[in-house]
Amino acid sequence: MQPILDTTAYAKAVQQLAIALLERHPNLNNTVLVGIQQGGVVLGWDLVRQLRKESGLQDLEMGLLDITFYRDDFRTSILAPDRMNIPFSIEDKTVILIDDVLFTGRTIKAALDVLLDYGRPGRVELLVLADRKEHRQFPIQADYVALTVSTQRSQKLKLLSAEGGGQTLVLLES
Amino acid sequence: MQLSTRHLLGIKELTPSDISLILSTAEQFKEVLQRPVKKVPSLRDVTIVNLFYENSTRTRFSFELAQKRLSADTLNFAASSSSAAKGETLLDTVNNILSMKVDMVVIRHSSSGAPHFLAQHIPAAIVNAGDGINEHPTQALLDAFSITEKYGQLKGRKVAIIGDILHSRVAQSNIHLLNKMGAEVVVCGPPTLIPKHIQSAWNVTVSYDLKETLNWCEVANVLRIQLERQNQVLFSSLREYRLHYGINRQLLDGLQKPITVMHPGPINRGVELDSDVADSHQSIILQQVENGVAVRMAVLYLLSNRNLA
Repeated sequence: MQPILDTTAYAKAVQQLAIALLERHPNLNNTVLVGIQQGGVVLGWDLVRQLRKESGLQDLEMGLLDITFYRDDFRTSILAPDRMNIPFSIEDKTVILIDDVLFTGRTIKAALDVLLDYGRPGRVELLVLADRKEHRQFPIQADYVALTVSTQRSQKLKLLSAEGGGQTLVLLES
Repeated sequence: MQLSTRHLLGIKELTPSDISLILSTAEQFKEVLQRPVKKVPSLRDVTIVNLFYENSTRTRFSFELAQKRLSADTLNFAASSSSAAKGETLLDTVNNILSMKVDMVVIRHSSSGAPHFLAQHIPAAIVNAGDGINEHPTQALLDAFSITEKYGQLKGRKVAIIGDILHSRVAQSNIHLLNKMGAEVVVCGPPTLIPKHIQSAWNVTVSYDLKETLNWCEVANVLRIQLERQNQVLFSSLREYRLHYGINRQLLDGLQKPITVMHPGPINRGVELDSDVADSHQSIILQQVENGVAVRMAVLYLLSNRNLA
């Protein structure tokens, strides 16, 4: 298990993402946040807290998105579905899709399919903590990236909760 | 997480963790049904045939809708308008359908054990949609889902099953499920409609006193008097049944606490339930029907994972 980000570096990365997001969307007008289960939801809530701090906006909401029913590989790895909850309209909004790691691009493709079943967003942007760029299988890239990580195909990049609060990003061999 | 079984033949064959998995998956499907697009692509490569050898409105529509919401291809078969009416056997019918590359079979049949027979002889996944007087597992699952939705959990719940226990596959499936999930069960009805050794065989309490039962329970699952399965006279008249075992407003208002009323449908209004009970805020009969689609989606989804992986 090789640490990529410790809790301090993680907090800094979240701050960097929040600032980049606010730069492009001051006051987050007409903008909604949607985290992808499960890592994207963890990152998403940390991002929401940071955005509140940076912008003073208190009524920020985040939707939870689960791709289980839309996976292209659900018969090979059986997964129980996670909670899905998008309590607001995404019609004509700018949706910030949040995930912890961008890898093959298949998760994001499925997440876009889910999103379109909820309405027709005006624009979708992708925010990720880490990008494993060299393993992309679909033509998808992120609009906000905290760091790009060079990895082996077989390795796993995972967000773990640290003891005493905060998150760490680690590289696992499998 | 996956089911321990390849088929859904009955609740008897499920483990408590199978039941929990189905109910928690159904919760996610219920969310799908609230979306603007009430559909997911999960089963778009799956073909399902609905074989209904017995009449049904709710169950057949519910299964068909569940399949459509999962993007499966479906075939519908009604015995009365098919070659079964020309004397084709069940196995021949199914084998002919399977040769057209069908992955799953949903079957309702008046003979108990018909789904089990199919499961032994054909390679497709079988879902029991009601077999004779044996089981109706998806009904019990949707009843459990509805109780959980209202009360949070099944463990420790006090559930009364009232009416024609003897002929009821709904009762049998419900009793198995509630036992497995740790709920307390009382069955109540006329002595002639309650199987003799049910108390010792199935870990339920028998009561012949409706008022006492209703005062004890939190949920009353009221069964239909199955006029089509009565081949002998087990009570003297519907009017008499209603007098002793029909639930009316006055009876409910006289209880120590409000209870929840369920019914698997179709209701014989004015026999087992009066209209002002069936249509009241205490009844969750229409929620049961709504939940049925989500529960059947969960069953089909989990079985397709198990069979087509």
